[in-house]
Order: sequence, then C-alpha cells, then structure tokens
Amino acid sequence: MSPPVEDEAPPPLLEVIDLHVSYPTASGPLPAVRGVSFSVDAGESVGIAGESGCGKSTIAATVLRLQPKGASVEGSVLVNGQDTQRMPWGQLRAVRWGDAAIVFQGALHSLNPVQRIEDQIAEPIRLHDESVGKGAAATRVGQLLESVGLPSGRGSAYPHQLSGGQKQRVMIAMALACRPQLILADEPTTALDVMVQAQVLSVLTDLVYDLGLGLLLISHDLSVLGTTCDRVLVMYAGRVVEHGPAASLFDHPLHPYGGALAAAFPRVGDPRARFAPVGLPGDPPDPQALPSGCPFHPRCALATEECTTTDPPLEPMAPCREVACLHADESRDMKLLLARSRLQAARPAGSATAP
Amino acid sequence: MTHPIDVTGIEPVAASQSASDEVSASSRAAGWRWFGRKVAGSAATLGFIVVVNFFLFRVINKHPERTLARGRAKTPEQVQAIVDKYGLDDPLPRQFLVYLKNIVTLDFGDSYQYSQPVRGLMLDRLWPTVALVGTSTVLSIIFGIWIGTIAAWNRGRTFDGVSTTSTITLYSMPEWWLGLILFLFLATGFGPIPRLFPIGQLKSAGVDGWSLNGVIDQTWHLVLPVVTLTLAYLAEYALIMRSALLDEMGEDYLQTARAKGLSDLLVRRRHATRNALLPVVTLVSLNLGFIVSGAITVETVFSIPGLGLLTTDALRIPDIPVLQGTFFVFSASVVIANLVSNLLYGWLDPRVRV
Amino acid sequence: MTTTDGSTPAAPAPLSARQVIWRRRKDSAVRTWREFRRHRSGVLGMVVLGVFALVAIFASLLVDPEGLSRTRATGLPLESPSSTYWLGTDEYGRSVLTLLVYGARVSLLVGLFATLISMVLGTLIGIASAFWGGWVGAALFRLTEWFLVIPFLPLALVLATLLGGSLVTIAFVIGVTSWPGTALLIRSQSLSIIARPYMERARVLGAGDWHQMTRHILPNVMPMVFANTTLTVAGAILSETTLSFLGFGDPTRVSWGTMLDSAFTNGALTLGAWWFLFPPGICVVLVVLSFTLVGQSLEEIFNPRLRQRR
Repeated sequence: MSPPVEDEAPPPLLEVIDLHVSYPTASGPLPAVRGVSFSVDAGESVGIAGESGCGKSTIAATVLRLQPKGASVEGSVLVNGQDTQRMPWGQLRAVRWGDAAIVFQGALHSLNPVQRIEDQIAEPIRLHDESVGKGAAATRVGQLLESVGLPSGRGSAYPHQLSGGQKQRVMIAMALACRPQLILADEPTTALDVMVQAQVLSVLTDLVYDLGLGLLLISHDLSVLGTTCDRVLVMYAGRVVEHGPAASLFDHPLHPYGGALAAAFPRVGDPRARFAPVGLPGDPPDPQALPSGCPFHPRCALATEECTTTDPPLEPMAPCREVACLHADESRDMKLLLARSRLQAARPAGSATAP
Repeated sequence: MTHPIDVTGIEPVAASQSASDEVSASSRAAGWRWFGRKVAGSAATLGFIVVVNFFLFRVINKHPERTLARGRAKTPEQVQAIVDKYGLDDPLPRQFLVYLKNIVTLDFGDSYQYSQPVRGLMLDRLWPTVALVGTSTVLSIIFGIWIGTIAAWNRGRTFDGVSTTSTITLYSMPEWWLGLILFLFLATGFGPIPRLFPIGQLKSAGVDGWSLNGVIDQTWHLVLPVVTLTLAYLAEYALIMRSALLDEMGEDYLQTARAKGLSDLLVRRRHATRNALLPVVTLVSLNLGFIVSGAITVETVFSIPGLGLLTTDALRIPDIPVLQGTFFVFSASVVIANLVSNLLYGWLDPRVRV
Repeated sequence: MTTTDGSTPAAPAPLSARQVIWRRRKDSAVRTWREFRRHRSGVLGMVVLGVFALVAIFASLLVDPEGLSRTRATGLPLESPSSTYWLGTDEYGRSVLTLLVYGARVSLLVGLFATLISMVLGTLIGIASAFWGGWVGAALFRLTEWFLVIPFLPLALVLATLLGGSLVTIAFVIGVTSWPGTALLIRSQSLSIIARPYMERARVLGAGDWHQMTRHILPNVMPMVFANTTLTVAGAILSETTLSFLGFGDPTRVSWGTMLDSAFTNGALTLGAWWFLFPPGICVVLVVLSFTLVGQSLEEIFNPRLRQRR
C-alpha cells in the first residue's frame, strides 16, 4: 500500500458508522436501526430503499440529531468529519441547515400554515447569519424560488395556496437556503402525482448536479432511486441487506427482498416483468419481535433451514456490490427466479411448469 | 446518472409573474368577501336577538298596563289612558314597528321601579361594569394564556400538575361563591385576618369619583371583585391554551423548524405558541357569554352598581323594561365581541379567509 | 373431540342478529371500562360521585328529615358549629348539615333532569341539521348558532321570570338554554358519519330517513354524546346553583344554591357565618369537578385525537 499522498480525497460529506437507534416504548425498547454503515461523498447521490418501518427515515432524522427525545443512539454519524451525536448544541444548530439540510415531505404539514413562504425560507438565512438584512434575505429567497422553477412573487403566498408539487419545491428551495453541502431528502415524492413526481425529482437532481452537492434520497419507491441515484442501499428490519450501483441493483438484484422491491416496479420492455410478483406475502416484521436468524426468512422464496438460525452479515459479492444473504449468487437472475416462483404458485398443483 | 423524462410542459413550472399577481389579487378579494360575510352574519344574529327580545317580553308582560298603573291610576278610564298612551292594545305588527323604532335609539321605556328612562339608568351603570369586566378580562387573558403556556411546556412536571389541578378546580367553582369566600375572609374579617377591603360598593361615601383620591378609592373597591372574576375567567383560558399548545407541539412543521437550526425556545415561542393561540381565540369566542354571567353575579355579591346589579334588582318586581334593556345590551355585546374575535381570528389565520 | 359415549357434540346454535349486536355492545362496554380504569383522575371523580349519590339516595338514613322543617327547628339562628350542630345552623335554626345532605338530592336531580332535556334536544337537532341538508339543515344550523351566541344567564333569568321558580321550571330553563353546545358537537360528528360509504349503501338499499338516523348515525355518535353528557351535567349543576342563588330556587325545597341564597340574603357575610357559606359551595365544587374529570377521561377515550396528548 502506497504511503498517504498530501492531497488526499477530502473526507466524505456524510459517514454513518455502525449506527444503532432504538426508541423507548411502553412495551420495551424498539430497535429501529440495527447497525447501518455507509457514506456519501460530495457530488454523489445515494438512495435508501425499503418498506415503512425499516428504519430509513430514522437515519435521516438522526443525521441532524432530530430523533425523538429518549431515543438511544450508538455509533457515529459524521457530517464533514464531525460527529453530530456528540457535538455541543450551538455547533449542532450551525450544522443544521448550514452543512446539511433535510427536504421533508412538504405535502402535508411540514410548513407553518400561517406564515408566508418567503418568511419561512428567510428564517434560516437570517438565523444562520445575523448580518443578513431583510432586503438581502428577500433577494436570496427570490433567487431560491426561481432556482426551483417558481416565480419569486409566489413567496408572499401561504402554504395552503400552493399545490402539492409547488409545496415540495418550496421545501427544496428552503433546504438550499444556507448553501448546505449535503441534502437529505426524506420521501420527497410520496403523495405526489406521478407526473409531478418526475418534475420534482428533476428539479432536485438538477440542483444537486449543478451545485455539486451530496444527496441522500430516501424512498420506498425503488424505481425513483434507480433512475436518480448513483448508489442504492436496500434496508430491511433496520439493517442494510443489499448495496450497489443503482442501475445494476435495479436490473440484477442479488437479495430476494431487493428483488421483490425491484420487481414491484416493472420496466416496460422487460420480459420478466410479464410475470412480476404482486408484492410480497406477509407483513413487515415487528421490530420488537424479529424472526430468528435472517429477519426476512418468513417471506423469502429461497429460505432454507439455515436461514432460520443464522443472521447473514453484509458481505461483498462482486465489485461494489454487497449482500446480506446466505444464498446470494451473482450469477442468478433474481427477477426471473421470482417471476417463475410466482407463476408456479399461481398454477394448480401437478400441471406443467412454465418457461 | 440518467436523466428522467422531461415533462416540464405539463404543469406550468415557471409560471409568469402576472399569473402570480392574479392569484394574490383574487385571494385579497376573497378576504374582503369573507369579512363581509362575517359582518352580515353578526348583523343577522343581532336582528334575531331584536326579534327574540320583543316576543320574549311580550309573553312575560301580558298585562303591562297593570304594572304601569300600580300606584298611579285607579279608575278604568285612567288605566285606559295608560293603554292608549303606550299603544298597548295596538295590533302586534304596529307594536313591533314601534319597538323597532325605539330600539334604534335604545329606548326601552321607563323603569317600573325608578320611573326613569331605562336608557339613562343603563348609561349610569355602564362604567362600573365596564371597569370590572374589562379589567378582569384583560388580566385573565394575560395570566390564563401565560399559565397555560408554561404548563404545556412543562407537561408532566410539578408546575403542570399544580396549575392544571388549580385551574380545573377554579373552573368547577361558581364564580360568585369564590367572591363570597374572598369577601368573607378579606372584607368582613375572619379570625386574625383584618378587614382589608371594603364591604362592597364602588365608592366610599362622599368621595368624588374622578379625583385622584376617588380613583384610588374606586380601585380599592374593585380589587376583590376583579380578583374574583379574573380567577374565574383565567381558568378556562389556561386550560384551553394548555391543550391547544399540546396539540400544536406534535405538528410536523415544528420538526422542520428544529431542523433549520432554531433552538427549542425559539421553536416554541415563534411557532408553536403563536399558532396555538388560534384555537384559543375560537374556543374562547364560543364562550363569551360567561363573561356576562360573571359580571351579573359578582356585581350582586359585591354590590357594585353596574348593569349586572341593575338586572338582578329588576328581577324582583319584575321590572320589565329594565330587563328588556339589559337583555338586549348583554346579548348585543356578546354578538359584537364574537364578531371582533372572529375577525381577529381571520386576521391571524389566513386559511379561513376563503 | 368426542364425548365419552363416542358421539360428537353438535355445533353451537348460530347467534341471532340481535344477540350479535348485544354481545358486541357488551364487549365494547367492557373495553371502555378497562380503558377508563387507567385514567386515575376519572376514577377518582367517579368515586366521589358515587359517595354523593349514596348520600343523596340515603339522605333520610343519614340525617333526620324532621330537621328540614322551618317551624319546628330547635337550634338558634345562625349558630356556629357545636357538638349538636356539626355545621351550625341556618337562619331558622335548622342544622346546616341536614340541609346539606338533602340539598344533594335537589342539586343532583335538577342537574340530571336539565341535562336530559338538553341532550335530547341537542342530539335531535344536531343529527337533524346534519342529515337534512339544504334549506332545513341550514336553518337549524343557523338557529343553533344564534342560540349559542345569546349569553346564558340573561336568557335564563328572563325565562325563569316568565315561568316562575320551581325545580321543574329551572331544569327546563337550563335544558332549553344549553342545548346548542351539544347540538353543534353532534352535528359535526354526524356530518362525518354521513360522509362514510356505508351510509350511501344503506340509502341505496332502501333505508328510510328515520332508519338511517336511528340505526346508523345515532349509535355512532353515542360515545361522544355520552362524554358530552357528563360535562353537561357539570354545567347544569353550576347553572342551577347560580339560578337558585339569584332567587329562582324552589322556596319549599333545599338545594345547595338556595342555601347560599339564604346565607347571602340573611347577612351571613357580615356575621361571618362561614359554616353556612363554605359547605354548600364546596359540595358544588366537588360534584362539578368530579363530573368534569369523568367527562374529560371519557372524551379522551372516545376521541382518539386527544389520546396522545396526555
């Protein structure tokens, strides 16, 4: 190994190291995140996919230490090399929005309903830099609104006067207000129409690309991540079960769950999609009562005896691919396999098998 | 990185500035229309009260000439003269029109007890009631909201427990009974406690109301009744503010505010508390009648010569014109106060100005 | 599973629709009770109310009814408490304790009766104005709003003057002036129920207006009605006490309000007769507070939105 060079690559924007987050509930601690590690570099888009309750939103909240009071956190979350979990409050408040900003789901109640949009966007600007006057802030607000495709005059509107797509774009503009380097987008397109989804995504990705920001995009919709991100992590029951470049993960998933997610959003022209599985049987596991061994085994088409006793670790399978499955096989076409098993399940017993 | 399909033609992404101006102009017009609707609604309610006032007292006062004639007329001709003078056997619609004409000038006739115009009596008694109710309302709103806010911020801790228990108990108390107890302890003297406050009335005898001495004297007389009413009123405000703020603290936009780097204190003050005031305005405006009830009963307990005491005194005979007058004044005040608070709410919450 | 003689027992007979409904109602009542038990304040309120109810029902066993007679009173007027008269005497020389115990009956009964009137009126008008849209519904709604704005006490005083002061008329006056609050609440509840899909199904299947209102809407608003009733009783008792204090109480009966009226008009204040002024008021506070606590707990149980707020 060669000695470290002077001008090494800068530290990653976001580095999550063995994160464990657990919520206190009336019936005992609820582990939401059970050992997740990943990193996001400047200019990179990383996606996290998974069903509701798998812990992905918790990760976004924890990055800026917004998890509910009483939640216990182990591991480190480094933003620009500094651990947000151990920072003093003053520094944390500066990091919030200034280094990393969250784009929440704007459709519902993430905006103050009785404040004008321009005031809400200007608020963090003037908070983070007291020298900015009202006029300067207003100018910047206008610029931000135009950068997301809204006329600057819309700033005087109230949230209820905007459509869902417009509100989401306001959330994006607001996130960029203090020129952060990292954007965390938590389900930014859920609850929007498909066409509006595409618009919002294009606005987000264009800005990220133009400004060279890092993006952590969280969604249950793998197709969104597949087309927007460089890399994708698939989470299940608080752990990462698959990790790889977006396109190859979407086309050739290696983990059965990843395969089910990918197959749930069939591509036109893909012959395997003709027999796409209609979702997964069963329900997401109760985090307080996880199945033994691999938490996915009750719903898995490949499960064997061994899967009920051993929890597979996340291991590299191919260059840039990691999977947490005992039966992972790089050469297997997961989507085809799932399509086949779906067909077999649909056919009555004893009849001839499909292609 | 692949680029998604360009669908920018579907929704006007960069809408023109003029379109945006149109939108704000139409929303301003909607705001004025809403204002007009509220005022018209209150006017209709006032009209309803005017009508009810007329018919209600008609039913009570079936033979007004008898009460009017008491002590003044004996012979049937004299009674008939009274009937003619007041138009008491005119057809109903005619009487109603006369009533309408009179009510515009707040002319309710003469009091049976005092043989003076009701309007004059009410005007004389107006100031004590306004002083009492006005001061109490202002103080109770300030303290009630303050206590409710702190209780919500410290939910589950000692302050919350103590204040919530106290306010619920105050809320379950007849306000005049609280007045009686305060009177008993602090005005008539009880055991070791000396007589700290005067036993009722607004002024001590022989003191000119508007001199400096007089003002101090009036204030001294008003302390106990104001304390009574303030405590009684603030209970409701505190309880409502607390629950409104607790509701607000669970809202998503507070998470956004925190993520933007606001400290807890700023989040609470600038966003949560301010927004929690909105439902308080609504809920309180539904209950403005209790301010009036408090005035009536507490004035009676402390013998404050205001509109409330006028009303309870008038119940004895019953002095119909006075009752009719005070009923109208009280009801109309509540309607107007309601309108003011509705308009205030509309000013604070732009969502309702649709 | 076979019995000893080898035959299989018959399957249990299917329950009739009525039995199913009753079983469901019993189950939900049990669930509600279990949930209610967890609200300490509500349970405390219930206990206190139970004590007062018992006192009211068994009044004659606790104190001598003879003590209510004005002419045959044995004590001196407005005597302070002593070993014979634990709470002293009133202006006739009667034992205040006796009056207090019998006063419980009147105060509670009038409060309950007034609430009954108010709830019946309020529920009927609330459901009707929600169900019949258009002209009728709007008119009822306007009426409700107008009555809500008119301040309670002036209207109640006028009506009481009109009808004279007796238990029944006071109950009636209170009932007739306090229905709007209930009506508004029931109306908004009913509106949300009417919007549900199964109501449309019922209409398509031919359910008449009355059937829809009584069989579908009413059972679904009953929980909220129940919680609201408890709070209404609290208000009714306060109102009765106030009206009695202002002189509209029944002169032949004793209630906590009439006791305070007697105390006030007979100079208890200047004489410092605290034994006459304190106890009736404290009883009112305890009863109203208990009803309020129970009502608030019920509201939390039946309105899931309020639940997280504890």
